[in-house]
Amino acid sequence: MSIYIPQDTTALALGAEAVARVLQAAGVEPVRNGSRGLFWLEPLLEVDTEDGRIGFGPVTNKDIPGILDALETDASSHHLYLGQVEKIEYLASQQRLTYARAGLGDPVCLDNYQALNGFVGLSNALQMDGQQIVDQVKDSGLRGRGGAAFPAGIKWQTVLDCDSEQKYIVCNADEGDSGTFADRLVMEADPYQLIEGMTVAGLAVGANQGYIYLRSEYPVAHKLLNIAIERAVEANFLGDNIQGSGKTFHLEVRLGAGAYICGEETSLLDSLEGKRGMVRAKPPLPAIEGLFGKPTVVNNVLTLAAISTILEQGAEAYQNFGMGRSRGTLAIQLAGNIKRGGLIELAFGVTLREVVEDYGQGTHSGRPIRAIQVGGPLGAFLPESQWDTPMDYEAFAAIKAMIGHGGIVVFDDSADMAAQARFAMEFCVVESCGKCTPCRIGSVRGVEVIDRIVANENRDDNLILLHELCDTMELGSLCAMGGMTPFPVRSALTHFQEDFFVQDAAGPLLEEATGVSPGGK
Amino acid sequence: METSAQNTADISHLVTQYKAVPGGLLPLLHAIQAELGYVPDTTVPAIATGLNLSRAEVHGVISFYHDFKTHPVGQHTVQICRSEACQSMGSRQLEAHAKALLGIDYHETTEDGAITLEPVYCLGNCACSPSVRINNDIYARVDAERFDDLMADIKAPVGEPK
Repeated sequence: MSIYIPQDTTALALGAEAVARVLQAAGVEPVRNGSRGLFWLEPLLEVDTEDGRIGFGPVTNKDIPGILDALETDASSHHLYLGQVEKIEYLASQQRLTYARAGLGDPVCLDNYQALNGFVGLSNALQMDGQQIVDQVKDSGLRGRGGAAFPAGIKWQTVLDCDSEQKYIVCNADEGDSGTFADRLVMEADPYQLIEGMTVAGLAVGANQGYIYLRSEYPVAHKLLNIAIERAVEANFLGDNIQGSGKTFHLEVRLGAGAYICGEETSLLDSLEGKRGMVRAKPPLPAIEGLFGKPTVVNNVLTLAAISTILEQGAEAYQNFGMGRSRGTLAIQLAGNIKRGGLIELAFGVTLREVVEDYGQGTHSGRPIRAIQVGGPLGAFLPESQWDTPMDYEAFAAIKAMIGHGGIVVFDDSADMAAQARFAMEFCVVESCGKCTPCRIGSVRGVEVIDRIVANENRDDNLILLHELCDTMELGSLCAMGGMTPFPVRSALTHFQEDFFVQDAAGPLLEEATGVSPGGK
Repeated sequence: METSAQNTADISHLVTQYKAVPGGLLPLLHAIQAELGYVPDTTVPAIATGLNLSRAEVHGVISFYHDFKTHPVGQHTVQICRSEACQSMGSRQLEAHAKALLGIDYHETTEDGAITLEPVYCLGNCACSPSVRINNDIYARVDAERFDDLMADIKAPVGEPK
């Protein structure tokens, strides 16, 4: 009888380690699996039984003696009993490709990965030439999952077509958007899938060196990736003469140092080169002059992970998921003030309302939902009138919003949207790389102007000024940091204008006086 | 905390280890900080010489990234997530509580040298907010009461279970 308790960040943050220690003290050595991404049930304890793999959750160390007793008699009698984990509606209704293996076993166990179709995609790729692999990626319709949604196959073709002795594969694992954890879940629950995808990318474009640029805020992923890479090298899935093919691919994890902007690909490349993470002007495209000036594929974790699926199951199988020009599956991350937060992998096209109401079951606080921010700190705040928009790149672009990396942050009716708009500017002040003026200075002025609007100082004039400032940032910034910070600001102003007008003109800003947001919770 | 040993810290073994690594400055700075707790100004000339950079370039990199500290920090670094998901679950109240409890603002260290308080923008734990990181451990659903417990655990004598 195997018992599983995850070693994932969220499970650990909710006490999984203490649970594991109690199990060990009771003579049970648990398998430390990854999470299935059902974070509202973490720590989720699973047990292999005659009735399949059953779950209990969320558990604490104090529940363990009772669960062990119940397993001896009648497991279903325990109040945390969930039945078969794979029949939990939240999970059963998903279309899991990238996360098919997540949570099933020890994430760094190579045998486990191979038993679950791991490295099938790589062995298929080893039978193809570079162009054939790139064609598979093109045919799959895969678009970059980091946020920009650029067709992956076209980027790869550009790098393949460059005549250069040295090329690089860079994985953008600087998942800085609030409300996102999809990359982290891949790296912590199924790291070999990323390693496999990057190796295939190397074979496709003729690159022999890869880097995973990982944010320093992910210590668990850092540890697991390093173990996985070491074991993959030992088993010759990485390194020289991979599986006797004569092909070479080396992979290394590089740690960021706490800079949101390094999630922008050119800033990331500068950081990898050991410099300040300053955004580069494009052209030249990184595909032509990227890392150390060489042709470079820069893809997000999810994009590279999807490569394993595409090479394993074929381009057509992947292409059959989705709608319009958004093919495959989307990793939706449901977060913030939500009752049942977690990772939801579905084909493109599900509506926002279905996600937050059916999967999420409303807010954690039990109060009505007021606003939903999709796509991280640069994404718009959506009012209820927009929640029926299908999750598809084009449909979201049509309402001046973006899917981005797929993060959804829910706010209840106690949220102060003027404070959130101010925060969007404040975040840009802290995280701007400083290269271009609209972003560096505009964000500072943005905070000030919002404060004046809220304080009712020349409100009408300042509202005009804020819109003009947003125009300048949108049109004049070098990258999305300055260019999209106006999205949350403007959407808050458009849909939640009343929050900007609550402050009495004579009174000081509550936030300045106390550090507590006005409008309070 | 600052000792003369750190003022004249010998980092030559680390410089040797990283000087031939492509883009080796960030890994080197991480290694120095892991060993000394921060990157003392006194180490900048040796880094610059070893990596064939100007001192200005090295300083520019150190000052760009939030992670690199140029002064000693507390024994424990406590980071409170300020991002939107955590705000939606009350992290603004949590940060106000933490500052009041510890008697310090962000980027400051308690008088006893035990705790440095820092903001952080997302720990990737957004389905179970608010999140706090203490050294390399992350904690979920941290309200004021749980924060008090975590701080009490930090101050517990060595050997006490956390």
